Amino acid sequence: MPRVRVQEADFDVGRELETLAGGRKDIGAIASFVGLVRGENDGDAIAGMTLEHYPGMTEKALESICDEAHARWRLLDTLVIHRVGRLVPGDRIVLVAVASAHRGDAFAACEFIMDYLKTRAPFWKREETPAGSRWVEARDSDDSAAQRWKG
Amino acid sequence: MVTILYFAGLRESLGCAREQVALAGGTATVSSLVDQLRGRSDSWTEAFAPGKRWRVAVNQQMADLATPLRPGDEVAFFPPVTGG
Repeated sequence: MPRVRVQEADFDVGRELETLAGGRKDIGAIASFVGLVRGENDGDAIAGMTLEHYPGMTEKALESICDEAHARWRLLDTLVIHRVGRLVPGDRIVLVAVASAHRGDAFAACEFIMDYLKTRAPFWKREETPAGSRWVEARDSDDSAAQRWKG
Repeated sequence: MVTILYFAGLRESLGCAREQVALAGGTATVSSLVDQLRGRSDSWTEAFAPGKRWRVAVNQQMADLATPLRPGDEVAFFPPVTGG
């Protein structure tokens, strides 16, 4: 099973974490993050959103972010699943899971992967508001979050 | 020729998802390609105006204005990303 998947289908968090552990005896910690669609953004009700990506580059970018996490921390495995297509509030968008011997590496790498994913992986959200649909603007706070891992 | 892909809001404002473009003579870079595109019409000038936020990838790797281009390259222009 590749450690990076971009798909329209939903995923089962419990099953994915179990697969990641895979009956191994060297994993002492799995940290995971699940991103969900919110029903509100910038003061507007959101009925749904459509996620677009760049087939080929998106997968490569996610692989390279996972490789960088492996280079920075002592990790045993990583998993990133990101959905595309139309999603509605409450839907799962993304799962990042990191396995390591001890929790510190897993916690840090999980946050690092999400911060880099937000600023480097080519995905774009178009959200549906009562006034029509609009492309979501990139947030400066996401850039700041990614910047803190530098140096 | 290079293949150019446009994504998300940029694709919509330009009305173009994918095209083949012949590079102008001389040494081609992302910068010279963008100059070439800006010259097409007002909507292209506006989309690539100084101060506009857009990103570029060459052969599916993040690139910048100085990145050289060769025939056969895949160039992609898109807005700052908003996944996760």
